[in-house]
Amino acid sequence: MASYVLTINSRQRDVIADPGTPLLWVLREHLKMRGTKYGCGIAACGACTVHVGGVATRSCVLPVSLVGARPIVTIEGMAADRVGRVVQEAWVSGDVVQCGYCQGGQIMTAVTLLKNVSKPTDSQIEQSMGGNICRCGTYVRIRAAIKQAAQQLG
Amino acid sequence: MTGRQNVAVLAAWIGMTVVVVRLVEAQSTRADGLAAWEQMYSVLTHPRCVNCHTATAYPQQGDDRHVHYFNVVRGRGGLGVPAFSCTTCHQQANADSTGVPGAAGWHLAPLSMQWQDLNDRILPSSAVCTAITDRSKNHNLDGPGLLRHHEGEPLVLWAFKPGRRADGTPRSVPPLTHDEFVRATRVWVKAGTPCPKS
Amino acid sequence: MLNRRSFIRVSAAAAGGLMMSMYFDHPSGAQQPTAPIFPPDAFVHVRPDGTIVIQVNRLECGQGTQTALPMILADEMDADWSQVRAELAPAEDLYKDPVFGVQMTGGSAAIANSFQQYRELGAKTRAMLVAAAAARWQVSRDECRAAKSVVYGPGNRSARYADLAAEAARQPIPDKVALKSAAGFGLIGTPTRRLDSRAKCEGALRFGLDLDVPQMQVAVLARPPVFGGRVRGLDDTAARSMAGVRDVFEIPLVHGTAIAIVADTFWTAKQARERLTVDWDLSGLERVDSARLRSAYQALAHTTGNIAVRRGDDDTLNRIPVARRMVADFEFPYLPHTPMEPENATIRFDGDRAEAWVPTQAPTEDQVAIADVLGLKPQQVTFHTEYAGGGFGRRSPFDCHIVREAAAVAKRLRGTPIKLVWTREDDVQGGYYRPVYVHHVEVGLDEQGMPAGWRHVIVGQSWVIGSGHWSEPFVTKDGVDLLGTQGTTDTRYRIPNFHVSAHHPRLNVPVTQLRSIGYTHNTFVMETLIDELATRAQADPIAYRLKLLDPSATTIRTPLMLLEEKSATWRRSLAPGHAVGIACNSDQSTGVACAVDVSIENNRPRIHRATVAINVGLAVNPLTVEAQCQGGLVFGLSQLMAKGAITVNDGHVEQRNFDGVPPPYMKDAPVAIDVHIVPSSEKPSGCGEPPVPVISPAVVNALFRLTGKRYRTLPLVSL
Repeated sequence: MASYVLTINSRQRDVIADPGTPLLWVLREHLKMRGTKYGCGIAACGACTVHVGGVATRSCVLPVSLVGARPIVTIEGMAADRVGRVVQEAWVSGDVVQCGYCQGGQIMTAVTLLKNVSKPTDSQIEQSMGGNICRCGTYVRIRAAIKQAAQQLG
Repeated sequence: MTGRQNVAVLAAWIGMTVVVVRLVEAQSTRADGLAAWEQMYSVLTHPRCVNCHTATAYPQQGDDRHVHYFNVVRGRGGLGVPAFSCTTCHQQANADSTGVPGAAGWHLAPLSMQWQDLNDRILPSSAVCTAITDRSKNHNLDGPGLLRHHEGEPLVLWAFKPGRRADGTPRSVPPLTHDEFVRATRVWVKAGTPCPKS
Repeated sequence: MLNRRSFIRVSAAAAGGLMMSMYFDHPSGAQQPTAPIFPPDAFVHVRPDGTIVIQVNRLECGQGTQTALPMILADEMDADWSQVRAELAPAEDLYKDPVFGVQMTGGSAAIANSFQQYRELGAKTRAMLVAAAAARWQVSRDECRAAKSVVYGPGNRSARYADLAAEAARQPIPDKVALKSAAGFGLIGTPTRRLDSRAKCEGALRFGLDLDVPQMQVAVLARPPVFGGRVRGLDDTAARSMAGVRDVFEIPLVHGTAIAIVADTFWTAKQARERLTVDWDLSGLERVDSARLRSAYQALAHTTGNIAVRRGDDDTLNRIPVARRMVADFEFPYLPHTPMEPENATIRFDGDRAEAWVPTQAPTEDQVAIADVLGLKPQQVTFHTEYAGGGFGRRSPFDCHIVREAAAVAKRLRGTPIKLVWTREDDVQGGYYRPVYVHHVEVGLDEQGMPAGWRHVIVGQSWVIGSGHWSEPFVTKDGVDLLGTQGTTDTRYRIPNFHVSAHHPRLNVPVTQLRSIGYTHNTFVMETLIDELATRAQADPIAYRLKLLDPSATTIRTPLMLLEEKSATWRRSLAPGHAVGIACNSDQSTGVACAVDVSIENNRPRIHRATVAINVGLAVNPLTVEAQCQGGLVFGLSQLMAKGAITVNDGHVEQRNFDGVPPPYMKDAPVAIDVHIVPSSEKPSGCGEPPVPVISPAVVNALFRLTGKRYRTLPLVSL
């Protein structure tokens, strides 16, 4: 067991956890932040995606001991993020979600894409979103929502 | 013979001896160098190294060198693509509790450093040696530069301490230790980085 | 005989407002032997602040019922849609499917079976609100009208629903009520965005796996490596020594036994499980093996099974010359559902009561199962239906094993809420797959290239036969599981001398329904064979189908013709290296037709575009219908993925996680999908499943035109 000071959505949170505990489970069980989801545990699906130091990161494979001082942003923090808000609005107006379980991860990934590429092409969208699984198959609306958000962001 | 003549004869004798000795040294060093290269090649083509020295738009994983799962792609600079980069999962150190290897600056070797063909077949020794010693391809590294790369590059060091898989089993390591690999590199560099003929 | 008059009992909620409870019996026309009466409960609650909470009698697992059903009610109720909220109903008799008589989500039945029900609920609520206003104003009801949660009376009078609710609750419930004509619909038929979208986009909506109850502990199970294995020995010293581990003990499974690890957190429980050493008794268990299974099934498929359809003359086929006959053998693998949210259930057992929170497609069956394990009556189990991260049929196994396991753990730790979690590995390896199927088909053609004789044998496990499930009498006949033959037995193609039989071997691999069930394989067989026949006849694939289909089969003819129209332009201007594939399907009430534009990239099919036409009768929410078509297509591609199969080797499932059995990612899915709904005012029918089966045959039909090969073995390992 060790102590960690984590900055999550601009708030400092103190956590005591086994060093090998993935950040996903620290968020969900130690901090009761349930927006970040468990889909596979092997970084195959992206449902656990958070931002660590600005990098889209799969929290299910990131031991809390390797976070360091890097700030963490979760899906709960997207409403306070300029790009995050636009992406969420595009998701809502595009009626993207079905079951919704993967969508937090999809949104976190899309936000990072749009922060790095202002007008992503179809091919760029497909590569950057290419590791996120949606079992309900909402990919067509995800593509459209990303393009819509890109337009909104100007 | 005068004293001056004696000195001249001695100098010539020393000079010839030096030349003879130098000739003998250079011949044995080349053979040693080639032998050292083959040792290096056995490391470079081990999965821990060759998995990121691909000719394709993807890395490989595992001892069976399968295509990296989950649609991971090379991207620009071998760093992956925005929002789905190598560092999306690979951190600065091995994550043994979750089975993801890590080291500072995890990324693919550039395509100029591909040690496989487009069908994921490992290139022969001569081809890899040629690529490594081609300064237009190897970031302009000379022999000492290559030695330093093998001594201290984090991803090279990682190959010898590659951490554990998710099931707890240790990843396999190259056939030499890092020290042995560096020693072989030194011998090879001293020999003038010789490459085997194809 | 029950009195078929339906009546409503209304009670005013303590906090004020109108709560509609309803005794409900079957709508006329339903063929049920007895019409059950539903005990009182609430469907609509008008709160004082104006919000209207509507109980949805289905699981929301992505298919959109938590929006579409409230739309229906709110429309007849003339409610302000912006004030409507949806809740998933708990397990109560009142929330049973009015046609099936059980509370369930499946069979794409929600809208079809609850359309009338929710309309009447809405209309009756409105009638009582209007009656309350009329009484207050001392005017006649005919002088009043309602719109957007306001009743308007003569002389500029108006009153908000929220203000009328208490008085409305005291009004008598009308026996009969007039429903709107289609022309009067304000919501029904209008593309309407989902009510749960924002919460899901903000990470705020709680799924079953997200549940947090005070004092809760998490359990994972160490399961036998072969189905039915039992614990023989256990060394749990290392596991127990971990901080946070509460208990380790054996529990019964439906088949075999397992070790439960209970801990403070999931991660601790999972780590502790890895430190267990379990000695499994695997003696006497059938060890299913995929390779041996193939051979056995192929042999069986060459013999006649239990007769499902026998139409015309068996012998005609034998008399058709060899040049006009063909034989085709098909193989389909075990398919996993892998919903994004792994299986879970949370249960607290208090001795004389229990409480459960489960993302489930079968709340009352689960409630009964939990009660059974805990020695309670079902009414003693308070059951909450949680939102599910995907269902696809996985969340209603007939044996209710998920909740049975959870209850067995909860029973040992009385008073402690237990959340049982399946890891993704548990999900992939835990069985309950779409079964392996093998088809053997012999076809004989007439001189015009139309089928003149057809002999079809289907081999595959049945999860229904012998289960004792309530549905068994409805879906089995003479030893045939119709859920295994649907798509063939109910084909609307006019095939004379049509002989279909089935074998249902029993194997030690649990199986269950997977979205679109029998159509997943039968439609593939039919649509690829029909395509082959069309090719042989040098006929256009759509024209050939229209010619072969029963002229009265409007359910499937209309989408096929709409597809023809909507895809004509792009089908005639394909890029080089691209090909079109066509497929169509219908169940009793919904028809779907699909055209795909396919090329080959990196040795895999690349689907540039799919056009879908669907006949769902009246489309209650066209936005949902479109979403289900788009999503259903992608789901249907699962069985084309190169590694899309579950395989079993000497009793052990070979795949562990998404690395072993990846579902379609974005690049595997069509880049673009346009959906066209056949305009209709017929009764609404379902759309959750019908799109799923058409995509795989459409894609391989296109591939044939690119490679010259017919693909009859799935998954599509290579081209």
